[in-house]
Amino acid sequence: MAEPMTPEAAWEAVQLARHQDRPQSLDYVAHALPDFLELSGDRLHGDDKAVVGGFATLGTHHIVLIGHQKGHTLKERQERSFGMSRPEGYRKAMRLARLGEKFGLPVVTLVDTPGAYPGKDAEEGGQAGAIARSIETFAGLMVPTVTVIIGEGGSGGALALALADRVLMLENSIYSVISPEGCAALVWRDAAEASRAAAALRVGARGLFELGLVDKVIPEPPGGAHTDHRAMAERVMAEVRLAVEELLRLDARDRLRLRHERYLKMGSYTVVDSR
Amino acid sequence: MPRSSCAGGMAKYVTIQVTRREPPPGAQPPGEHCKKCNAPLAEGELERSLRVCPHCGYHYPLPAHERVAQLADKGTVSFVAEEVQPVDPLAFVDLRAYPDRLAEAKFETGLSEAFLAALCEISGMPAALGVLDFRFLGGSMGSVVGERFHRLAKAAVEQRRPLVVVAGSGGARMQEGLFSLMQMAKTVVAAQMLVEARLPYVTILTHPTTGGVFASFATIADIIIAEPGAVMSFAGPRIIEQTTREKLPPGFGSSESQLAHGQVDMVVDRRDLKDRLVRCLSFLRGRADG
Repeated sequence: MAEPMTPEAAWEAVQLARHQDRPQSLDYVAHALPDFLELSGDRLHGDDKAVVGGFATLGTHHIVLIGHQKGHTLKERQERSFGMSRPEGYRKAMRLARLGEKFGLPVVTLVDTPGAYPGKDAEEGGQAGAIARSIETFAGLMVPTVTVIIGEGGSGGALALALADRVLMLENSIYSVISPEGCAALVWRDAAEASRAAAALRVGARGLFELGLVDKVIPEPPGGAHTDHRAMAERVMAEVRLAVEELLRLDARDRLRLRHERYLKMGSYTVVDSR
Repeated sequence: MPRSSCAGGMAKYVTIQVTRREPPPGAQPPGEHCKKCNAPLAEGELERSLRVCPHCGYHYPLPAHERVAQLADKGTVSFVAEEVQPVDPLAFVDLRAYPDRLAEAKFETGLSEAFLAALCEISGMPAALGVLDFRFLGGSMGSVVGERFHRLAKAAVEQRRPLVVVAGSGGARMQEGLFSLMQMAKTVVAAQMLVEARLPYVTILTHPTTGGVFASFATIADIIIAEPGAVMSFAGPRIIEQTTREKLPPGFGSSESQLAHGQVDMVVDRRDLKDRLVRCLSFLRGRADG
């Protein structure tokens, strides 16, 4: 079994994953998807700016791209709720994914969120159901799906966009069932123990790769992804393109079956003879 | 300070705050007086009324085996997926080691995990019945909960039975890290098997149903029934107030509020639950003569 990172190393990944200048979905668009055409709205209630999406061209393929967008400046971060989606964000994602499904376009998601938006209106508007339906929608797509955890993969709010045929993760990204601070506050009863919690939860990319929970770790430039947006964007989209092309070679039914099998196998348990 | 508040937004065991107002789950029912209305209770009265106070209607937590006994016909129950047992995939140690927490939960509840799976009949209809027990580590969804759910769903499809699942959960099983999060995906994909087979899937949400359980298999059923006074939320009330500084109204996230906001189909008193469930299942079977 993989050895956990030290708390110091785990915390460094957490800090890099949350770095204010870390490339976000629209930075990947700006540097590697020049013909991106943004679409808006969930056709039910509103347009959640914590989630962006639209069409793009990747090599010879048109794709649907959906991603969290935290924002870089304080103003943008407030407009985008720091990348924390409300139900309308997940419903927008579902709508765009179904559009990809209808026209045979592979669906690529970029995940970067502290989690779903924790607010009264979001809850009353069906936050939980929207996340569940989003998971269900992505599970059922007949087109190839690829997700990249580009920053923070914050629990259910991340998973809502992260169920895919291929799950890639940037070297200094994190993906976790609970924030290290939240975990520390609960079990150590001290949020200051967040670095220990980060290590115990194995939030880092390499550890999750070794546990078989992600397919590939994408290296970052020395110092982290924020030091070179262009290089990072080109590298990520090259990896996504490889994954999409590999998936397009599979029969659609096989691809769907393999995706279902992948998720039905998820878990770590033992089977004992109960007789 | 957005960062720390966002981080707090992820907490899964927020229900600790919710449940503190209630009697602790699994605590012995009060011997003499209802903890809610303080009315005197005769010995065994609460047990005979499905742990609902006959005076004020307060719903006490119902242990998983009692829930099975409530919904399943006597003598028809066979438990399945008991062979699936927990491990400690991350060697998770906080103040205590995860295996110690598991051992204690087993000892205290008499259950081997938080999800009890059974094949049974409900008013003569064959069914697959799963029950999450909040007493077992907060009904949190680890790998065993996910795999037992999967095996139960599979059995339902193979034997053409409807699936009924009673939820009650604080959310994710933190000690299993990302394996726990992946159970949200796993249970949703497993429930899809019922959709493909055109078999009924009904969930019953009890106090509390939160976090990853609320945002996965609990909310994608054909029909969602809630027990009165149960609290349901994805993020917990304290996290919401901390992050958004919103003052939450009384009854936030309650079954009654969820009904008003269109998130559940009906709120049903536990004493009427079996009858109502049977009515739902018989409509979902599709034929009036079967």
